[in-house]
Formats: sequence, structure tokens, C-alpha cells
Amino acid sequence: MKNLKNQIGIEKVETGIEGFDLISEGGLPKGRTTLIAGTSGSAKTVFAVQFLSEGIIKKDEPGVFVTFEEPPDDIRKNVISLGWDVAKWEQEGKWAFVDASPVIGENSVISGEYDLGALLARIEHAVNKINATRISMDSIGSIFSRFNDPGLVRNELFKIASVVKQMGATAIITAERTEEYGDIARFGIEEFVADNVIILRNVLESEKRRRTMEILKFRGTSHQKGEYPFTVIKNTGIIAIPLSGIELKQRSSTVRISSGNAELDRMCGGGFFRDSIILVSGATGCGKTMLSAEFAKDAIKNEQRAVIFAFEESREQLFRNAIGWGIDFEQMEADGILKVVCRYPEAEGLEDHLIIIKRVIKDFKPHRIVVDSLSALERVSTVKGFREFVIALTSFIKHQEVAGLLTSTTGDLMGGTSVTDAHISTITDTIILLRYVEMFGEMRRGITALKMRGSMHNKDIREFNIDDKGMHIGKSFTNVTGILSGHPVFTSTEEVDRMTSLFK
Amino acid sequence: MNKFQLRLYVTGKTPKSERAIANLKRICERDLSGLYELRIIDVLENPQLAEDEKILATPTLIKDLPPPLKRIIGDLSNSEKVLLGLDLSPILDSDGPKEDTQ
Repeated sequence: MKNLKNQIGIEKVETGIEGFDLISEGGLPKGRTTLIAGTSGSAKTVFAVQFLSEGIIKKDEPGVFVTFEEPPDDIRKNVISLGWDVAKWEQEGKWAFVDASPVIGENSVISGEYDLGALLARIEHAVNKINATRISMDSIGSIFSRFNDPGLVRNELFKIASVVKQMGATAIITAERTEEYGDIARFGIEEFVADNVIILRNVLESEKRRRTMEILKFRGTSHQKGEYPFTVIKNTGIIAIPLSGIELKQRSSTVRISSGNAELDRMCGGGFFRDSIILVSGATGCGKTMLSAEFAKDAIKNEQRAVIFAFEESREQLFRNAIGWGIDFEQMEADGILKVVCRYPEAEGLEDHLIIIKRVIKDFKPHRIVVDSLSALERVSTVKGFREFVIALTSFIKHQEVAGLLTSTTGDLMGGTSVTDAHISTITDTIILLRYVEMFGEMRRGITALKMRGSMHNKDIREFNIDDKGMHIGKSFTNVTGILSGHPVFTSTEEVDRMTSLFK
Repeated sequence: MNKFQLRLYVTGKTPKSERAIANLKRICERDLSGLYELRIIDVLENPQLAEDEKILATPTLIKDLPPPLKRIIGDLSNSEKVLLGLDLSPILDSDGPKEDTQ
């Protein structure tokens, strides 16, 4: 019985492609052929090359690359920038090409029956020569245009897929699609490798390109469903961003850390939790950056490290402003306790921002992370893409078991919320609202702890001022109502007393 | 007339391979008697030779000489096409007009 079970279960081969192994719950089905379908420019070839490269780099598994479209020399050159030295691997006997690219100037005449026996013999030969366990075939569409009989070609490819299976190698075949949402692939290719299908998409949405991958099916084994964003970056290749692949299993501690402001700590019932996500929301200029600077500065006291990702201000601007609040970022950086990363939101796609943020966090190992502001990133992405980014970012921060302070700029000066707030308010542990309050021809500022998960907190809306020593939280606006909705109404002291006595 | 240098790539001793060899020999003896060199390569025995020439389909006939280089795919059962592929137009066929031979 146990034996039978072993025979039925389908093993998987870890591809080594970051994120993909999570989405696929362990990699590609071992000893099978998987179809990778995508429109032109959807990174099919990169996937095919990376499948072999990661095998060589991470597991010392040799691979055979069958190319139907680009000549091997083009591939060698194209993937150098992704950090893969194919020529070197060829010399070491870890990589072999089967060159099935079109011969230039060749115009063959067809006379009578034929098959693709030579191609099959060459693949077998290459696999045996280097003991390959991985095979990539890219891209299969072009072979159909070179032979006059699609049915025959399909049949021959089916034969190749079954021989590959017998050899015990894990293979991928890439195929062209004409539409992002439509038939799986042209020429009915999916029919012969229908066991496993992955779709790569490169969708143009609101003038922005968004790459996603979707595992359509893995016969006989499980995988995550739906589309997952991915990106292709220099020296790395494809990185997929699993969202539901991330489990909510992080521990939460009861250790408190200071917000950098003693009064705010008191309002939050003794400070923020060490591994929590704090959202600071407010209109432009009402003190979000200052609050995050104080939060970062507090790292010094506790011999911690902090990192600030600034998307709204340049380095010089940020440093100058901080000095105005009595904080010397330059010294902190020199001491190695702070790292400031300033980037234009438009400089990269959201996926790339996420990967950069993750890398900095992994390298610097900070105890406190500030993103100022998260809402600045909203404009470089689609709503869906942004939501995925926020989920991926916050869950990554939580996994590091550090505190993350994210700021969000609201559109309205007086009240209201931003898209950012809507996306992350349920993921955050703490929400601090900063609001302008118009009173008697004067703009004053109010602060309140709207939410403090797992702790008692002060529910008052308190007035605060900012001077050269930072933020000073004063008394509550006891006789003003409607601050959060953006319509403050002044109520006389007698009225407040009367209302309070009513509920006694 | 220059000698024809031909190479025929086949996969093993399948009926298709046998047919291609027989068809080619028949055409050559009839039209190129004494004017050709033929080499038959079994890609199952010599896969590297197929790799070098980027052969995908079998049988494949390659005409190296006289130039231009030509490839003919299939079991060569359509002799008219074979002759075209070898740059031997059927008019050279000494048996006269096509209608008469068929």
C-alpha cells in the first residue's frame, strides 16, 4: 500500500526561480513537460533560460536548451545582463544547446513523408552527453511555420514530450499566444502537453505594463491559483511576488518600543508594539515626515538600526528638514544606525520598488522601517497592482518581526481618507491620524490614535505643535466636534459639560 | 558537368528511411549516372553530425555541390520535386515530355 502511494504522488523539482516555487508549491512537476504560454515580450525565453540557469547555479543540475527561434549566440549574449554565463557552462559540460533555429537562406523543398526524428535524436544525444535533468524548448511556435503540416508537427512534438518523460527529465516548452486573455496557445499545442500549463502575461493597463504569471493547471498536484505579479531584473532574472503564498504565521510580541515621542507613547498605551505595522495618515504638511523622523531617531537610544524609504523628498531636502526638528540624519548614517533610501516613485515599476525595499531590509537588517510615503507609490501603478504591493510589503515587514511605520497622504486637507488607507487599514496594527483643525481663522493640528490593536489607548483628539525640538502634543480638543470628518464645529464649554453629564 | 555531392540523413532503418534511400538511388541512377557521390548518414548513430548541420526532419537530403546548397525534406517520393530541388529541371529529363512518361 505504501509503495502504491509512492508511485502515485507527483514529485516536484524546485526551479530556483524566486517566488515561483512558492506559487507552484514546490516547483515544476518532476519528469513532466510544462507548457509556458505567453504573448511576445512576456519573458518566456527568460523563464526558459532561468529554469536551466538556476538548476546549474543552485543544484548543479545540467540542462539542455533547445532553441527554435533565436540562434544560440543571441541567447548567450542576451542573458549575460541577467547574470548568466552560458558559454562558461557549456565549456563545463553543464549546458548544451540543440540549435533548431532557422538556417538563414535555407529554402527547403518538401518531397514526400518525413518526421522530426533527427530533432528527437539530437535532443536525446544532448541529454545523454551531459546527463541533463532539465530541458527547455523555446519557442515552439516557429517550427509550425517551417513545416507544411501542423498535424504532423504536433504529433512529433508529442513524441518528443513522451521521450523526455521516459528519460526522466523535467521539461518546459514555451509557446506564443496572440492575446493576453484567450486561447492558451496557437496551433493547439496545449493538447499534447496539457498536463501542466503556466501563462505569463504582460498586460497594458492604464498605460502601465504589468507582468503576471498564472499556473493554469498542474495535473495531479496542487498549486496556488490566480495571477501573481512578477518582474524581470538585472543580474537576477524573474522574481515572482507571491501574495497568498505568504502565511500569516508571524509571532506577535508584547514588547513595546517608543514612537520617539513620550506623549504619543502614552496615547498608545505605552508605545508601539515591536513587530507591528503603524499607519500615519494625514494631509500634506501636517507632520507625517516629522513623526517618522522622530520614530527613526529613537532607534539610537535603543541601539537599534532604522531605514527610511523616502519617495516624496530628495535626500538633501529630507536631511535639511530633519535638522530643523533637531535630528541629524547625516551623523546617524555615518554611525551606521540609519540608512536613507530616496527614490522617485516613477523610477521603477512597483514590483521593482518592492524588490529593492526587500533587498535593503535583508542587507541592513533594521529594527525600524519607515516608508514615507506609501501613497506616493499609488500613482505609478494600477489600483490592483498597488493593493498587491501593499499586502506584499506589509507581510514582508511583519515576517521580519520589526516595526514598520508607513505614512499616507490624504487628498483632502481637512479630513477624508486615501486609497492607501483603504488598502492597508485592516492590515495595520496601529493607525495614527494627523488632521488640520480650522478654529477661529487659524489652522491648528490634531493627532489621535484611531486604532491600537491589542492595547488600551487614549481616544482623545489632541492638539500638537511642531518646533525646532520636534513635536509637542498638548491638550485635547474637548470642545470641538467633527474634526475627523473635516467639519470642525466649536461647542461651548457649557454644552460639553451638559453632554458629559447626560451619560453619567 | 560537375559531380553532384549529396548527403542523405535518415533515422535508423524505418520504412521511411528505406523508401528515401531507394527513391534517391533510383533518381540518381536515372538522371545522374556516374555523376554523383552519395553519403548516407544515420542520425541515430551519428547525432552530432545532425547537430552540426542543424537537421530537424528526416529524411533530409543535402546537395553540397554544385552550388547553391539545397535541402530536400521527405522520403523523396515526388521525383519531380526532387529534381527541382537539385536544380535539375524536369526538361532535362531525357525521356521527353512529361505527358508521355506518365
